[in-house]
Amino acid sequence: MKTILGRDHPLAVSGFAGPALILFGVFVLLPLLLAAAATFTNHRLVSPEPTRYIGLDNYTRLLALQVTTVAPLRDAAGDLQRDEEGLRYPTWRQVRQARPELAGYRPAWQFELGERRVVLAATDPLFYRSLINTFLFALLVLPLQCGVALGLALLVNQRMAGRIFFRTVYFAPVVTSMVVASIVWSFMLNTDRGLVNELLRALTGNPDAGPDWLGESSHALLAIAIMSAWQGAGFQMLVFLAGLQSISSELYEAATLMGANAWQRFVHVTLPGLRNTIVFVLVSTMLMAFGLFTQVDVMTSGGPLDSTTTVVYHAVRSGFRQQDIGYGSTITVVFFGIVLLVSLLQRVLLAKGANK
Amino acid sequence: MKLVLSPLLAIFASHALAAPVEIKAWRHDTGDAEMVASGRMVERFNRSQDRWKVVVESIPQGSYTESVTAASLVGHLPCVMTIDQPAVPNFAWAGNIRPLDDLLPAAVVAPLLPGGRGVYDGRLYSVGQFDVVLALFARRSALAREGVRVATIEQPYTAQELYAIAAKAKRAGRYRFPLDLNGKAKGEWVSYGFSPWFQSAGADLIDRADYRRVDGVLNGAPALGVARYYARLFKERLAERNPADEKGFEQGRSLIQYTGSWKARDYAERFGDDLAVMPPPDFGHGPRVGAASWQWAIARNCRHPEGAAAFLAHVVSAPEMAAMSRATGLIPVTEEAAALTERYRPGGEGRIYFDFTARYAVPRPATPAYPAISAAFEKAMSDLRGGKDPDEAMDEAVEAIEYDIARNNGYRNIHAREAARK
Repeated sequence: MKTILGRDHPLAVSGFAGPALILFGVFVLLPLLLAAAATFTNHRLVSPEPTRYIGLDNYTRLLALQVTTVAPLRDAAGDLQRDEEGLRYPTWRQVRQARPELAGYRPAWQFELGERRVVLAATDPLFYRSLINTFLFALLVLPLQCGVALGLALLVNQRMAGRIFFRTVYFAPVVTSMVVASIVWSFMLNTDRGLVNELLRALTGNPDAGPDWLGESSHALLAIAIMSAWQGAGFQMLVFLAGLQSISSELYEAATLMGANAWQRFVHVTLPGLRNTIVFVLVSTMLMAFGLFTQVDVMTSGGPLDSTTTVVYHAVRSGFRQQDIGYGSTITVVFFGIVLLVSLLQRVLLAKGANK
Repeated sequence: MKLVLSPLLAIFASHALAAPVEIKAWRHDTGDAEMVASGRMVERFNRSQDRWKVVVESIPQGSYTESVTAASLVGHLPCVMTIDQPAVPNFAWAGNIRPLDDLLPAAVVAPLLPGGRGVYDGRLYSVGQFDVVLALFARRSALAREGVRVATIEQPYTAQELYAIAAKAKRAGRYRFPLDLNGKAKGEWVSYGFSPWFQSAGADLIDRADYRRVDGVLNGAPALGVARYYARLFKERLAERNPADEKGFEQGRSLIQYTGSWKARDYAERFGDDLAVMPPPDFGHGPRVGAASWQWAIARNCRHPEGAAAFLAHVVSAPEMAAMSRATGLIPVTEEAAALTERYRPGGEGRIYFDFTARYAVPRPATPAYPAISAAFEKAMSDLRGGKDPDEAMDEAVEAIEYDIARNNGYRNIHAREAARK
């Protein structure tokens, strides 16, 4: 008599799932738990002193936040002091000496509201800057990269000579190492002799044209976003291409027979046909954008003025370069929570969209 | 070498019949010339006696410190390793390396200039063969064309003078960025290159009396003066924030370059007599340069410290030092070794660098907090380049350093106290 195990039999299930679960446990779950445990300690990479339990200290240092306002400086007569950049404000250290409750806080974000300066102060302002930058990057790169990818996919899906060649060309940046791409791009974006600025100078005829792409806080993140979109778009292009080719050509023929022009075919046949592909591409691009690290590390080191520092970069800098493993783990665990929330939110929104 | 080694060899002679004991060593991988010279040095040691055999593994310099840190965490440090000197106190504090005072004969250690020693808490932890210095490089012909004098040891440029020269050259229009501050280099270069400016103004990275106080030292009036000066160079585009390469000076795109003497040999070959080697700018208390480069240390868990010590004694002997200097152009750190080289002996063409070290060298603060200090300082300087308010930038660095010191309980020297208790 022989036993035939059904596909639903517990033994069969565990037999198939077991190896994957073991690997998952050892390489994903265990490190996560270890990191979570480290967040409650002052564990250091290099230290002769034993690791101590410090409760929620790491979390309060990471997340503590206060909003405060600072009045501008006045001279002896009580008039407002000004210099070439406008009103003069006391330095943060002076502010804090006057207000002891702000001890340990530093400004993360500030803007002028009339004559007063509103300051968002945190014990780790760099974390909030990093968080804002990370979301800003995702916001910049998401439409850019997905739009370019869709455009490229439509292009190379045409029945024309040499399309395999173009597919290869557009895909090439994806297989290039990010470090190499970053180095090449930092040459191209160089202020003085970079390709981009030389091009601008030739076009405008102005020898001083061209911004300092990676040296000015207003341009650096945008430059990195454009570069990342260029590097990553080839991959999404392939996914879109697969999606495009799964749309039956009869639908297009029917649409053409009914008198639809190219734009109408795109809106009413292509886009609905690509719905699941688009969802997948958006979600995966978003998650990849949250992991931004290599470009920042190679091209700007988080500068200028923290305008390109990201959460992952901040975690690596705290954990390894400043040797503060406990704190670095706290950053990653908190960020893990945030990313989890964002993906849940996406799921809920998409599920709603699908029910319509 | 014979002279130094003979007492050691006499001790080892009784064991000479056994096969040599292997001693593992790690070193950071640098340029070819230095690696070849280092390899020959090890070969000579292995041939000079048959009790020890040093086996070297080289590790890329970029990830070297991380590799050593990782190895120390799991207790896999080699017997002998190279360490960048400013990081030595941190390694000593962490208990990874051992003091050399009892291991190396006084005759070996005594001649070493400060650039050849790594000291923490009054004890010697590492010894080195060579040093580098900072200098201003320019071409005499280019300076003459701009109507600028050549600075000398007797009369270095003041900071204001250097600024005026750069501003004038910029106005004349021949240079888009007249000053080259070696801006492509990152990491330790920033602290190595620019903390001497602060020291020259009478400031410092930390109060060296107790290595605790930073407030008022790194953000006091003299320090802020230098910070403003540095920020202005970039704001007025006298120096480039993100250079594309390190060849600005060689290709004539900048008038004056501020960098380390590691460039000296290339420039001397390229420009010959036209090359002007000048002291760094004077911010009020005379020019300053950082002291000490990569050095050798012995791991605490090394099972053959006497063999490792014999190797280190070989490394810092005058002939070895001179051989390394000849192969790489780096500056030897004893008078005796300098006298053995063409370049650095009195009257030699590189003697000026040796004079710079002797006159201007200030070691970086010998505290385990140095990696944190250096990181905070680098961040502040990078923010200044980006246009941050100098007061805020320096205040932030002070706070980052104070926080780190507090988080490490003031970096108490646990091993010294344990030793005292025994």
